[in-house]
Amino acid sequence: MPERAIYSIRRLGHATIDSVLRLGYAARFIMLTLLHSGTGFRRLHLTIRELYFTGVLSLIIILVSGLFVGMVLGFQGFQTLQTYGSESALGVLVALSLVRELGPVVAALLFASRAGSAMTAEIGLMKATEQLSAMEMMAVDPIARVVAPRFWAGFISMPLLAAMFSAMGVFGGYLVGVVLIGVDEGSFWSQMQSAVDFREDIVNGVIKSIVFGFAVTWIALFEGYDAPPTAEGVSGATTRTVVTSSLVVLGLDFVLTSFMFRGV
Amino acid sequence: MERSTLDLWVGLFVCAGIGALLILALKVGNMSGFNTADTYQVYAQFDNIGGLKPRAPVKSAGVVVGRVGEISFDDQKFMAKVTMTIDKRYKFPKDTTASILTSGLLGEQYVGFVAGGDSANLAQGEVIKLTQSAVVLENLISQFLYSKAAEGDAKK
Amino acid sequence: MATDNLIEISNVDYWYDRRRAILSGIDMAIPRGKVVAIMGISGSGKTTLLRLIGGVMKARKGEVKVDGQLVNKLNSDGIYKMRRRMGMLFQFGALFTDMTVFDNVAFQMREHTNLPERMIRDLVYMKLHAVGLRGAHRLMPSELSGGMARRVALARAIALDPMLMLYDEPFTGLDPISLGVIRNLIRRLNDALGATSIVVTHDVQEALELVDYVYYMSDGKIVAHGTPQELLANREPLVHQFVYGEPDGPVPFQYPGRNYAEDLKLGARRA
Repeated sequence: MPERAIYSIRRLGHATIDSVLRLGYAARFIMLTLLHSGTGFRRLHLTIRELYFTGVLSLIIILVSGLFVGMVLGFQGFQTLQTYGSESALGVLVALSLVRELGPVVAALLFASRAGSAMTAEIGLMKATEQLSAMEMMAVDPIARVVAPRFWAGFISMPLLAAMFSAMGVFGGYLVGVVLIGVDEGSFWSQMQSAVDFREDIVNGVIKSIVFGFAVTWIALFEGYDAPPTAEGVSGATTRTVVTSSLVVLGLDFVLTSFMFRGV
Repeated sequence: MERSTLDLWVGLFVCAGIGALLILALKVGNMSGFNTADTYQVYAQFDNIGGLKPRAPVKSAGVVVGRVGEISFDDQKFMAKVTMTIDKRYKFPKDTTASILTSGLLGEQYVGFVAGGDSANLAQGEVIKLTQSAVVLENLISQFLYSKAAEGDAKK
Repeated sequence: MATDNLIEISNVDYWYDRRRAILSGIDMAIPRGKVVAIMGISGSGKTTLLRLIGGVMKARKGEVKVDGQLVNKLNSDGIYKMRRRMGMLFQFGALFTDMTVFDNVAFQMREHTNLPERMIRDLVYMKLHAVGLRGAHRLMPSELSGGMARRVALARAIALDPMLMLYDEPFTGLDPISLGVIRNLIRRLNDALGATSIVVTHDVQEALELVDYVYYMSDGKIVAHGTPQELLANREPLVHQFVYGEPDGPVPFQYPGRNYAEDLKLGARRA
C-alpha cells in the first residue's frame, strides 16, 4: 500500500514541476510574440486577415448570445423586482449585470470556445504537418508570421465583441421588459442611465474584456504552438484551450471584480 | 478571399464594435446630452432630496410631465436646488407643491407636482415656492421614538 | 572560404538526455555538387542529422560546418542567413494549406526579397514549370495529390536557388510514376542549380539508382559508407540485411520480450 501512495505523490510532484516548467515556457512564448509583433503591423494585411477570422466570424454567436442573455435577464429580473415593486429598476439590473460582468465574461467564454479553439487547432495542425518547421527552414520566424498577427487580432477583437454583447443584451432586456412585459420605457432608460456610471462600470467592463482577451488569446496560441504533432495531440490541445481559458477567465474575473467594485 | 473584401468586413466589424462601445457609453451610461423638445424649465429648493437622481421623472397625478435636470447645492441657503424640465403642453399654477416621493417601497424617487389654485402659471425659469423634502427613514424613526418617549413622560 | 566539401561533420554527438544517445561520433564529408544519401532504418538518427545540418538543432558535441561556417556556433541571425541558401523538402510536402500553389512557391521570394510582383510571377512560373506543375498554380494544397504536393514543395524549396538541398524521405508513399518523377527532378535540379543534395531515405532501390555516395547509419552511428556499388557489394551483415531487405538478421524480427513458451504458459501445471 505505501508503495502506491509514494508513487502517487511522486506523480503529483512530477506534474507540478511540469506545470511550472510549462508556465515558464508559456511566459517566454508570449514575450517572444510581443517582441516579434513588428511584422504583424508592418504587413498589416496579415493582422487584418486574422481579425476577420477571429472577430468577424465570431460576430453571429456573440450577437445572438447577447440577445438571448439580455432577454433572459429581462424576464428573470422582472420576476424578482416585481416582488419589491421595483419593476422600473429593470433597466438598471439588465445594464449593470451585462456591462460589469456578463458582457466581458460570457463574451470571453464564447470567444475562447469559438475563436480560441480555432486558433489552437490551426496552429497545432500547422505544427503537425511540419508547416512551422518548413517556415523556419525558409528563414521566416513562425512566431512573427503566424502567431503574432493572431495574437493582436484576438486582443483587439475581444473588447469589441464584449461591447457588442453588452449592447445586444441591453437591447434584449429592453425587448422583453418594455416591449413585451410593459415596464415604463422612460424609467427603464432613465434609471439605467443614472445608475450606470461611465467610469465605474463601463470602463471597468472594457478593462476586464481587454485582460480576458490577452489571456484567452495567449492560452489559445500557446496550446496550439506546444501541441504534440499528432491527431490526439491537437485535439487534446483544443480541449485544453477551452477548459483552461474558461477557468482563467472566471478566476481573473473574481480578482478584477474584487479590485474594481470594492466600494461600490 | 480577396484582400479588399477582407478589409471591408474587418472595417465593418471594428466600426460595429466601436459603435457598440459608444452606445454603451452614451445611451446606457450617464454621459448623454439632453433632448430639448418643447420644454420649459422651473426650479425648486428642497431641504433634503433623498435619493433623487437626474433624469428622474416629474409626475403629476401619476403621469410623467417632465424630467429632473440638474441637482445642485445652494450654499447661501444651504438647500438643494433642483432644475426640472417640464413639457410645454402642461402648465402648472404658481402655488404648485413639489414633493419628492418614492415609487413603491424600494423604487426610484421622483418629483410629484400637486397643483394649487393660483390662476397665474409657472413660467420659464420660475421657482416653485412650496416644496416637501424627501422622507428620510432615520428622521422618521427618531421622531417616532421621541414621540413615544414624550408620551411616556406625559403619563408620569 | 570555398573548400572541396560543402559540409563537414566531425565527431558529432547528439542526445536528448544523457542516457540515450541519438547520434554518436558522426564523421561525414559531403563534396560540392554531389547527391548523397543518408540511409538507415527508422530511428537510426538520420532525420536528426538533417536537422543538425539545417541548424534547427545544435550538436551537443563536435562540429558541423556548412560552407566553411560552424553551424552550431552561429547566432539566430547567422542561422537565418545560412538557411536562405538552403532548401528543404519535407516528408509530406508541408505546404502552407491556407495559400494557393502559386503563393506557396512565391513565399520565400515575397518574404526575403524586394522583387516586384511581375518578376515574382515569372520566377514562380519558371519554378513550377521545372517540376511540371505550372498549370496547377491556382489550386489549393488540399486539392493536390501526394505526388503533386511534393513536387510543389520542391518548387517552393528551390525558389531562391539554394546551394544545398535537403530531402527528408522524398520517396515515401509515392506511386511508381511519381517516384520516377521525383528521382529525376532531384538529379536534374541538383545539376542545373550547381547545388549539393542530401537525401535522407530508407528506399534502397531509388536511392542507389540516384545518388553518388551513400552513408548508412544504424543506432546513431555511421556503419558503412561508399558508392552505391560498394554498398551493394558490402558483406557486413547489418548492411547486407538493409540493402537486400532481409526480414531477419542483425536487426531481429521479433521485438525483444519473454520466451515464447513462457508466454503461452507451456509446461505450466494446472492448479
